[in-house]
Amino acid sequence: MSRVTLLALQVLVAVVTLVLWQVFSTVPVFGKVLLPPFFFSNPVDVFSQIVKWFSTGVIWKHLAITLWESILAFVIGSAGGILVGFWFARQPRVAAVFDPYVKMVNALPRVVLAPIFVLWFGLGVWSKVALGVTLVFFIVFFNVYQGVKEVPTTVLDNGRMLGMNERQLMRHVYWPSALSWMFSSLHTSVGFAVVGAVVGEYLGSAAGLGYLIQQAEGVFDVAGVFAGMFVLSAFVILIDMGVTAVEKRLLVWRPTAAARD
Amino acid sequence: MAMTEPTAVALDGATVAFRLADGRVYTAVEQANLSVEHGEFVAIVGPTGCGKSTLLNVTAGLLKPAAGTARIFDRPLSGLNRDAGYLFQADALFPWKTAIDNVAIGLEIRGTPRTEALARAGRWLTSVGLGAFAGRYPHMLSGGQRKRVALAQVLIRDPKILLMDEPFGPLDAQTRQIMGNLLLELWTADRKAVLFVTHDLEEAIALADRVVIMSAGPSARIIGDWRITLPRPRDIAEIRMEKDFHALHREIWGVLKDEVMKGYVQSTQAGAA
Repeated sequence: MSRVTLLALQVLVAVVTLVLWQVFSTVPVFGKVLLPPFFFSNPVDVFSQIVKWFSTGVIWKHLAITLWESILAFVIGSAGGILVGFWFARQPRVAAVFDPYVKMVNALPRVVLAPIFVLWFGLGVWSKVALGVTLVFFIVFFNVYQGVKEVPTTVLDNGRMLGMNERQLMRHVYWPSALSWMFSSLHTSVGFAVVGAVVGEYLGSAAGLGYLIQQAEGVFDVAGVFAGMFVLSAFVILIDMGVTAVEKRLLVWRPTAAARD
Repeated sequence: MAMTEPTAVALDGATVAFRLADGRVYTAVEQANLSVEHGEFVAIVGPTGCGKSTLLNVTAGLLKPAAGTARIFDRPLSGLNRDAGYLFQADALFPWKTAIDNVAIGLEIRGTPRTEALARAGRWLTSVGLGAFAGRYPHMLSGGQRKRVALAQVLIRDPKILLMDEPFGPLDAQTRQIMGNLLLELWTADRKAVLFVTHDLEEAIALADRVVIMSAGPSARIIGDWRITLPRPRDIAEIRMEKDFHALHREIWGVLKDEVMKGYVQSTQAGAA
């Protein structure tokens, strides 16, 4: 399939979906509207809602808040994950002691923590960041832990025979290996940072994309809910494209960096 | 010339044992006596799994012998052997560093300024024939090219002893010969003590001053020691055609053959168990 055909087909899927949605929500079939506007709205309304958000500029504030929360969650979660991952991998005893608790916390669906975080950190940015951190931390932690553990013995022996001391092994062997594992899970961890932010906003906040969707839902504004969802997807896709670009730069030394997940 | 220098490597009664998962003790090498003089090229040949690499790891200081001693330039070895460079059988390059960075690292960790380290690494890459590949990452290089980088990585530190563990094992026959000649050329320019492990008797005779034969494991021993008097410089592809080479090969193979068969039988039994 050529690029052009592929693109045409991809666009076709969107067009057909939108047309069907518009038709079934506005034109009665046998005297009955199959997609009642109250529940399903229609593409034209959704689109005009999006246009309104952007033309009045309301949306920017919410996007900026969500982006800021995601970035904070990612940076703090990653830093924590790297630190603890390194620590556990280099100190097997510590890892063994904490192992059941790590598993326990990781097994917990993080959404249930949201109310507690709201209590602790208030309705502002930080309760959302905290939720995102709990998600990002574990992904980064597990990958860094693995990355440090999985350095091939030969490479390690080679470093030693070349005269590296522990600090130099850390810098030239363990660190790049751990980072490569972390980067290979960059899509997941960045995605979870956004999830944490949006879910947190949805459960209680005064700004952000999650808040926007929650508000629309509260007044049965289905067009607003759909509009929020579309903006959110576009937002996540843009971030993901950025991650792909960063990944390509950071993992040049890896064979088929993109194919690994 | 070698007489005035202390012996580079002297293993005396070196025994290496491992504790197996089921608690039994597996003796890999028993009572090995081996010496390598300064500037001497010694090849260790033996059947698969006989503990050749084990002996090399003892010399490198990566393994501690259960009994016996290892002396390096007449000093007992404790910890890693800082006089030795080790060329590993498996890929040991740092995959996240380019070829030139891989070579320069040995100097950088010693405190050589980066610009100087890179300049010297560049010269070493040229001398192993990879001047044009400095910016490549290991995965962009062929197996033979990676070995060349590894050779430069080891040699740039100018170790007094060079330990090589079947370094050309994974390469195809032609590349092996080219690498062998490259090794001899570099070694002739600056004679280091070399301990070269291989399972290929022909390769051993073609390269070395002395060929040491090990018996099949477990409890492998050194069972033979031949001086290879073939004239240097050698071309390892052509030297195989010569009469003296054949005579030596026949003589050593007579001893090695039985051990290879023993090793083969043991490996098939181990596989069945």
